Amino acid sequence: MNYQEQNISANNFEECIKCTICTAYCPVMAVNPDYPGPKMAGPDGERYRLKSPEFYDKALKYCLNCKRCEVSCPSNVKIGDIIQSARIKYDKKAPKLRDHMLAETDVMGNLASTFAPIVNPILGTGIAKMGLHALGVDKHRKFPAYSAHKFSTYLKKIQPEQEMFPKHIAYYHGCYVNYNNPDLGKDLVKILNAVGYGVLPLSKQKCCGVAKIANKLISRATHDAEINLKSIREAADKNLPVLSTSSTCVFTIRDEYPHLLGLDNSDVRSDIMLATVFLSRKISDGEIKLVFRDDYDKRVSYHTPCHMQKLGWSAYSIGLLKMIPGLKFVPLPSQCCGIAGTYGFKKENYEYSQKIGAELFDAIEQAHPDLVATDCETCKWQIEMSTGAKVENPISIIADALDVEATMKANGIL
Amino acid sequence: MEAGLKNKHYDVIVIGGGATGAGTARDCAKRGLKVMLIERLDFTAGATGRNHGLLHSGARYAVTDHESATECIRENMILRKIAAHCVEETGGLFVTLPEDDLDYQKKFIESCLSAGIEAKELDPKDVIRMEPAVNPDIIGAVSVPDGAVDPFRLTTANVLDARIHGADVLTYHEVVELIQENGRVLGVKVRNSISGEEQEIRGSITVNAGGIWSHGIAKQAGITINMFPAKGALLIFGHRVNNMVINRCRKPADADILVPGDTISLIGTTSSRVPYDEVDNMDVTQEEVDILLNQGCQLVPSLSWTRILRAYAGVRPLIADDSDPSGRKISRGIVCLDHASRDGMEGFITISGGKLMTYRLMAETAADMVCKKLGVDAKCTTHIDPLPGSEKENDNPSASKKHIIDMSTGQIAARERHGSLSSQIKYDTDSDDALVCECEQVSVGEIKYAMDKLHVNNLVNLRRRTRLGMGTCQGGICASRAAAILGSKFGNERAITDLKSFLQERWKGVKPVAWGRSLAEAYFTSWIYEGVCGMEKDNDKESNITSAQ
Repeated sequence: MNYQEQNISANNFEECIKCTICTAYCPVMAVNPDYPGPKMAGPDGERYRLKSPEFYDKALKYCLNCKRCEVSCPSNVKIGDIIQSARIKYDKKAPKLRDHMLAETDVMGNLASTFAPIVNPILGTGIAKMGLHALGVDKHRKFPAYSAHKFSTYLKKIQPEQEMFPKHIAYYHGCYVNYNNPDLGKDLVKILNAVGYGVLPLSKQKCCGVAKIANKLISRATHDAEINLKSIREAADKNLPVLSTSSTCVFTIRDEYPHLLGLDNSDVRSDIMLATVFLSRKISDGEIKLVFRDDYDKRVSYHTPCHMQKLGWSAYSIGLLKMIPGLKFVPLPSQCCGIAGTYGFKKENYEYSQKIGAELFDAIEQAHPDLVATDCETCKWQIEMSTGAKVENPISIIADALDVEATMKANGIL
Repeated sequence: MEAGLKNKHYDVIVIGGGATGAGTARDCAKRGLKVMLIERLDFTAGATGRNHGLLHSGARYAVTDHESATECIRENMILRKIAAHCVEETGGLFVTLPEDDLDYQKKFIESCLSAGIEAKELDPKDVIRMEPAVNPDIIGAVSVPDGAVDPFRLTTANVLDARIHGADVLTYHEVVELIQENGRVLGVKVRNSISGEEQEIRGSITVNAGGIWSHGIAKQAGITINMFPAKGALLIFGHRVNNMVINRCRKPADADILVPGDTISLIGTTSSRVPYDEVDNMDVTQEEVDILLNQGCQLVPSLSWTRILRAYAGVRPLIADDSDPSGRKISRGIVCLDHASRDGMEGFITISGGKLMTYRLMAETAADMVCKKLGVDAKCTTHIDPLPGSEKENDNPSASKKHIIDMSTGQIAARERHGSLSSQIKYDTDSDDALVCECEQVSVGEIKYAMDKLHVNNLVNLRRRTRLGMGTCQGGICASRAAAILGSKFGNERAITDLKSFLQERWKGVKPVAWGRSLAEAYFTSWIYEGVCGMEKDNDKESNITSAQ
């Protein structure tokens, strides 16, 4: 028997050959000396944790879960997953009230959008900021305004007319579009309708759970994830592609569900994708065409969110933007902005969060674009707060530049 | 120290820095004797550092060798108390596989109980829950008080205690001659292995605790000891697969013990006779790797998909039983030879046989004979007094009171390695807390402590004192960092030579299992050192990483 063929490690952390490239790419490592870095927090630490849980290092909480370590790893070690799994398994510290508030985006969003006219002004006041600061939310942070009208209500309302289109997709809008920015959802409907697709709601959808996973609210996250997967399976059964406009939501559903929540999504993993990816593929397959306004004239940069980097999809969003004739594209280096969802909202992380993003903020200021495009809502908040640049989802930029009538004609709708 | 040796007269000179020699030096020193301990290379360089690290309960010998079994369980209980920081009380299992005879288990339990070993039959279903790594097909299981013992820590602690009680210690000094006069050994002539300088050391009694090398030492006095060198090969797995010792419940055979030791698991051993002239250079063969893996996977299936770090082999110093005139019968127990009565050579004793588990008892036996010869009436206390590092906190007021929550993982690891002595490690600056060896969590502070207190001359010494370079990367990351720290004491030129030989030594153990990621990692190491850093190959050595392919 040839044991050289037989004995190959099936333990992912043992794939590490200690090349330490991940440590060089870790954005936290560069600014926080208390963080041991992905190699030590991940595969090295795992060996020790298998020896005894007392070797769990509480500094693992500084991990952003940006997964840039995994992107850089030549040995395909799931470093970020190892670290997050260790936090879930060994960190016995219960989440704080603040963590619940930040992570329960559905509960908070439902409450806030119901009382949006009252909540929005209050969130901006000094008193509210002091209260949140006392709970551990950094005082520099501004919560995104809540919309008085939920996007899900709108989508239900327009369902009959959407049904009339020849082809359909189902839209996983997520919390941000639903509670804060319904206009982004409406922009997607505008584009898809122009190329002949009706936009349908999923039978039921919950928050993707990224914030709950980060804050170790695992049973809550799993509960929501199971609902989402059920709805996605129903859509897939009807041959409906499921689109999202948030890179983080897509990433969580595709990769974090199986890796961190242990949910098998292999049957539907490829059915959910980012709207820009869907559009790009349809265009390159010659199935649809986009026609843009002649008078569009803007300098636009694209910021690659960490989870887009991990998905490997920024080329699709950038490619779409570059199709707009009047758009002058100014590239940015792919760097973490530092917010990492709820991470940057926490008082203890604020300083590191800003240090991590500093180089990116400089690059944006030097590029001096009219707009920064990005597929992640929390990156948007971070860049807007830290640079003063205006940030939009690529879908909103495309919707703005789109010549709807000409596009409909080109696609044979009119 | 060396300059004054000429005029100094010792009560006892102990040759051999393994567990037995260090234990004998400790015992004699604690009885008030003036002791010199001499080691040709480094402590634990022989069989002491090349075994399972198993804290035998004695169960393995219960059926075949009642005397060894009772010795083992007695020493097992003693070591738990006196060497707490070297011992992990993991518990052990003897499992019966479907192809094994379940009747043997009954006989096994009876034999254990009669030797005083607490053996308890367990329901295989419960065992799979207690130790999930075990083969789920087992049809029988018995729990025994096995554990893990770190032979490096154990020996170092004995050396430290010998020193505390006034002993002098020389490493890298080889005994080149036993000084004799009128049928009496008067001391030894030693050669410094680094400088080549020779000198004489005189003592009333010389104890030969040279392990397999006892044969050659005795020969210098014209005395023949019949040794039977038996090679035993082992494999080290990349992480801790099991948390209890897992033995196969059958007559002792190849590769039937899997021991969890610190961050890794160890399977062993094979057993084969080797010629005496080969004992200095043991290579593990492909056939041995195959036997170890094949048998190991039967005990614990997951071994077949666990990365193997390295392979190594030791030589058991088995010794002929003097009672057998043919000289072919191997003695399993402790052999303490008084060469005065045996060979007419006064002032010379050989202590051999036995096993790591019984090192203390061997030391006690040798020290008893030394005392008798010197007419000293002092009782052995080594079975009661804890070793340095194993004192309870209240016995050692200077021990660190730092709560575990405030400690870095490197500090926790160091505390496990050095016990209460870890309070001597200084973490005064940020750099002291910085890790040199990331796989095994060895900090700059720990290295400084080892260099200062634990007889460290080179990287291999440092590895044995701390675990530096014993982890997944086998020194790839840490060796150069550690060499730089050693260089600050011994000079950079020596540090570079040392670095080369350390990496070669690590590669020697990786080579028999160099496939998959272990091979990739070895290549990565060679690229860093040869490709990036420009380290020159030693062309006369075939064991270079790249040339070995």
